[in-house]
Amino acid sequence: MARSRVFDGLASHRQPEYNGIDRRVFLQTAVAVGAVAGMSSLARPAAAQTVPLTPGVPAGVRAEATLEALKGKRKLIKLTYRPPNYETPLAVFNDAITPNDAFFVRYHVSDIPEVAAASWRLKIGGEGLNGVAEYGLSDLKSGFEQVEVTAVCQCSGNRRGLSNPHVQGVQWGYGAMGNARWKGVRLRDVLNKAGVKKEAVEIVIDGADKPLVDKTPDFIKSIPAWKALDENTLIALEMNGAPLPHWNGFPARLIVPGWTGTYWMKHLISVQAVTKPYGGFWMAAAYRIPNGKFPLVDRFISQETAANTPITEMVVNSLITAPADGQKLRAGGAVEVKGIAWDGGYGIRQVEVSTNGGKSWRPATLGRDLGRFSFRQWSYRFAPKAGTHTLLAKATNAMGASQTFEAIFNPAGYHHNVVHRVDVVAA
Amino acid sequence: MTKTLLAAAAFAVFIVAAPALAQDEPVKLKDGPGKDAVQAACSACHSLDYIPMNSPFLDRARWDAAIKKMIGPFGAPIDERDVQVILDYLARNYAPQ
Repeated sequence: MARSRVFDGLASHRQPEYNGIDRRVFLQTAVAVGAVAGMSSLARPAAAQTVPLTPGVPAGVRAEATLEALKGKRKLIKLTYRPPNYETPLAVFNDAITPNDAFFVRYHVSDIPEVAAASWRLKIGGEGLNGVAEYGLSDLKSGFEQVEVTAVCQCSGNRRGLSNPHVQGVQWGYGAMGNARWKGVRLRDVLNKAGVKKEAVEIVIDGADKPLVDKTPDFIKSIPAWKALDENTLIALEMNGAPLPHWNGFPARLIVPGWTGTYWMKHLISVQAVTKPYGGFWMAAAYRIPNGKFPLVDRFISQETAANTPITEMVVNSLITAPADGQKLRAGGAVEVKGIAWDGGYGIRQVEVSTNGGKSWRPATLGRDLGRFSFRQWSYRFAPKAGTHTLLAKATNAMGASQTFEAIFNPAGYHHNVVHRVDVVAA
Repeated sequence: MTKTLLAAAAFAVFIVAAPALAQDEPVKLKDGPGKDAVQAACSACHSLDYIPMNSPFLDRARWDAAIKKMIGPFGAPIDERDVQVILDYLARNYAPQ
């Protein structure tokens, strides 16, 4: 069978040095899927506990990652204990909304207090505001309009583990993301109540978590004033109709729809409007992408340099959530290929599916629209002939931006949106 | 002198905190010269799974850069005399061979 250029591009992305390991994982997955299909979910064999890692992550991740549950969470893929970094298994994304107990966990610093709802206070201030304010939970719930937005929270480094070559950092596979209904108050309403001066350029946000060593820079971020004043930027107090889980920022976190998770400050305790660009480590030296490499619209002008810019909106992306990689299918039977697509808030216009490794593409049927910041489900039916089939999915957003077939290399491994590939066998 | 005292004080805090943390973190690094220094230095700020997770693709030069990043912008309290021991251990056990 002649291999198309598209297929070769994906093959090179698979990093041949790990082929032996990939093969083993492929077999384990196949065994697990087959076993589960024939058994009740109450009697899952040990094989089903195999850590469902993304093909292509470094060998060291295969050696060290485990399935473990943080308090209040189901078992997730543990990458690091301290600070805790746990990713969501791919199968969870078969649902458009990610359950709270399955939602990924990502921290930068290790002193993470369990914030008590009754004593929590949010301080509003800074030289870019006319006044200052301090709110408790009940103040926010009774004093401001309550609004809800469904939005994807995705780590900037989601899929960093697939960078070629690999780069230092948390070696995420597909699961450093989730989609939830976030309910709370508009940051805009809170800022406007204090009065925003026209000189305000950025809003600086801090959470209750702290580093263990004094000299380690505390995780503090800023967003442009215009983004803070966007009607969709929220201080969320609820997630999917429940209080935020501790590990996702209880009791309040910032929601910055369309933008990567780095700005979605957890355990929010401080919002300060400033008239000069914030120069802390996590803005000046981290979460930056080289200028001009990615097709992005939103800029963060006050933080741009000649070489790089803070990461802003998410790039358009998609995943095949079923069938699973390595799954055995019945030849001639109808198979529903399904998955999700998302972007930086422009909305998904189209998802195309290939069942022959990229030689031809057909449009998938888009599922219910939960809003332009949400995962958009899609599905495609096909009847596989006997043999192996390489399934690919490619999303295009309302701006006409689509996914890549090879990762755009950047030093920190951000914005990986390579077309997802799933290999299945029909017999 | 003051610097040394401060470093010692920071280290003492870590030692007090370490036993509780270690129980929750069953990460086993490879045995070899320098392992103790690596465990002491790195686990002051983060669990040790960060090391195997970032392997075996960081070569000696990139491990060196990683250590310098920890001591520099991240302010890790690592004694200068330990840096070479730590680098040798990481390059021997967690770099491409």
